[in-house]
Amino acid sequence: MTRPKVAFFDFTCCEGCQLQVANMGEALVDVLNLIEVVEFREAMSEKYDGELDLAIIEGSITTPHDVERIKKIRARSKAVLAYGSCATIGGVNGMKNAFDLNDIRKYVYGKDYEKFDTQETRAVHQVIKVDYFVNGCPVYIPEFVTVLKAVLAGLPYAVPDHAACLECKLNENVCMYDKGIGCLGPVTKAGCNSWCINNGNICYGCRGMVTNPAVNGARDVLTKYNIPMDMIVNKMNMYNKCREIDQNAKR
Amino acid sequence: MRNVKVNVEYLTRVEGHGNIVVNVKDGKLETCELRIVESPRFFEGMLRGRSIFEAQHITSRICGICACGHSLASIQAAEDAIGFTPSLQTIKLRKFLLHMENLDSHVLHIYLLVAPDLLGVKSFVPLIGSHEQVVRRALRMKKTCNDICDILVGRHVHPISSIVGGFTKLPKEKDIDAMLDHLYKMRADMNETVALAATLKFPQFERDTEYVGLVSDDAEYPMLSGDIGSTDGVRLKKVDYKKATNEFIVPHSSAKHSKLGRGSFMVGALARFNLNSAKLHPKAKEIAAAIGLKPKCTNPYLNTAAQLVESVHSLEDSISILEDLKRTGVNYHEEIIVGLNEKGTIPVKAGNGVGAVEVPRGILYHNYEVDDKGIIVNANCIIPTGQNLNNIEQDMKKLVPEILDRTDEEITLALEMLVRAYDPCISCSAHFLDVKFVNR
Ligand code: SF4
Ligand code: SF4
Ligand code: SF4
Repeated sequence: MTRPKVAFFDFTCCEGCQLQVANMGEALVDVLNLIEVVEFREAMSEKYDGELDLAIIEGSITTPHDVERIKKIRARSKAVLAYGSCATIGGVNGMKNAFDLNDIRKYVYGKDYEKFDTQETRAVHQVIKVDYFVNGCPVYIPEFVTVLKAVLAGLPYAVPDHAACLECKLNENVCMYDKGIGCLGPVTKAGCNSWCINNGNICYGCRGMVTNPAVNGARDVLTKYNIPMDMIVNKMNMYNKCREIDQNAKR
Repeated sequence: MRNVKVNVEYLTRVEGHGNIVVNVKDGKLETCELRIVESPRFFEGMLRGRSIFEAQHITSRICGICACGHSLASIQAAEDAIGFTPSLQTIKLRKFLLHMENLDSHVLHIYLLVAPDLLGVKSFVPLIGSHEQVVRRALRMKKTCNDICDILVGRHVHPISSIVGGFTKLPKEKDIDAMLDHLYKMRADMNETVALAATLKFPQFERDTEYVGLVSDDAEYPMLSGDIGSTDGVRLKKVDYKKATNEFIVPHSSAKHSKLGRGSFMVGALARFNLNSAKLHPKAKEIAAAIGLKPKCTNPYLNTAAQLVESVHSLEDSISILEDLKRTGVNYHEEIIVGLNEKGTIPVKAGNGVGAVEVPRGILYHNYEVDDKGIIVNANCIIPTGQNLNNIEQDMKKLVPEILDRTDEEITLALEMLVRAYDPCISCSAHFLDVKFVNR
């Protein structure tokens, strides 16, 4: 049996999601026996320009060069997997979209700012067709393994579309709202086993917003606990700013 | 006369995107550059308007490899800005976290990024066939650090419980035992690593430069606190970090370069070793002596050897911290719930704060100016790789003429290995002031 050819590509990101792969430990050796990794710049010097069975894309699309590159990758890949928040929802890079692009370039790079090409941050599916999504900042490895199995079997994978609160409740955490703290769990997609809340922090919404958030319920909760809406919206825009691009496209 | 053209596009086995461009015409070096092609990410710009209590969550996303280091520098800057002093227990746990990150990153660099060069293969993947036990050991050691970070802060890539003010979750007694157990077990693998390193042949090359790192008058090897010092005798307070970094303009470049007393300087494991080797754990000193690493070492390829020595130090010092904590017990009353500090648990005032932390690749600075609500109005982050770029170029300029008798492939490999020895982390181009644009 020939092993499917898989490559990792990184765009604008912190490369933490790729690192999660190395963090699998010795289990990685078993995974590498099932697939043939033909390109993985962070870890390998090998390069490959043939047809791919699966392209795993990390990072968001933020420059004209990124756009060109991602289109070429799509053209030679049977399946594309968007890997991590940067790729699936634009992630933290999306915060840039809240600023005027020239202003933010000047702020960071001073008078030579024009040399730093940039454009509005977009998630991968906002530029090319994506077949699989693995959300999270960083990705949750058990979910990645599940998705990899689906890809190998040629089956689709449905991203969980219920609130993170469900997993949080199953883990028997005391709700952050009961501690008087705002948490994005009610509007965020589950699938990470309420990773942050289990560790005493709040959910920051890194897996993206559920398709149908219980807006009224969330509003009631905020009112009850006296947490200002603009604070929550600001927090939401930490990961989910790029969703406005999808909303505008629908309109 | 010899002509050489080296054009390495997308330098591999480094973190982030960089190109090496060298042009030798008639035996004369015309161009010799490390060009950074990473897409800019604008973190400093994006931090404006964000609460000081969420800064570390955002800034750890500058880099997946040094996520803990970025969050620690960020927390330090934030606490400095609002005038908050962390508890001794918090500081102890932060030191431990920093050790785990350095250890993790050094192991990754030594085994997966550098060893393939020294063993003559293109990546660690073929090593799975030829040196399976070595690869397994590397992944096992890496996973140990990772598992410990999972216990301590929820995960290594973007720690969860370590925040401004302290920790949202403190390790239980059984957690401390579990972490200690991991570390004790790691000693055997560390011994094997040292044995392997002793067999590796590092390229010979010397260039004396200024070495910069944290220094202090305490007995401890400084990683999380101290002043900024150099082997040329510079000593500055961390608030004066700008004097130690990007203050100088080079005529041939549109962008600023880092230098201190000389044309360029080096930060990272070798710089720290050159400055502070006397303060290393006795076991680490032993290893340094065994592999013949002595200060002041001026061969940049030996940065990898210094990383090995530091790995032993981090492992042993971590064990001491945990054993100590086991003896004294953990004060769970210090567990904090902050969120966006909705409840005003931590008093906030306007101010300007600097964090300076030794991360795997050298000193990392974060600087925030906050208003009286704790909202960031200005942010500046200076990463170690940015400080090293100028030094890497100076090394390349000295190295190329020395190896002109080799083939193009050998020259290219020597240069790639040189850049990789610095363990550059180009993806954290939060603030890459020293990018050079030639032929544009
Ligand atoms: S999603 Fe998060 S962890 Fe993954 S690459 Fe982006 S910033 Fe890094
Ligand atoms: S709001 Fe947050 S803490 Fe509360 S149940 Fe939902 S996810 Fe858990
Ligand atoms: S709890 Fe929220 S922020 Fe944390 S990993 Fe899960 S979805 Fe992401």
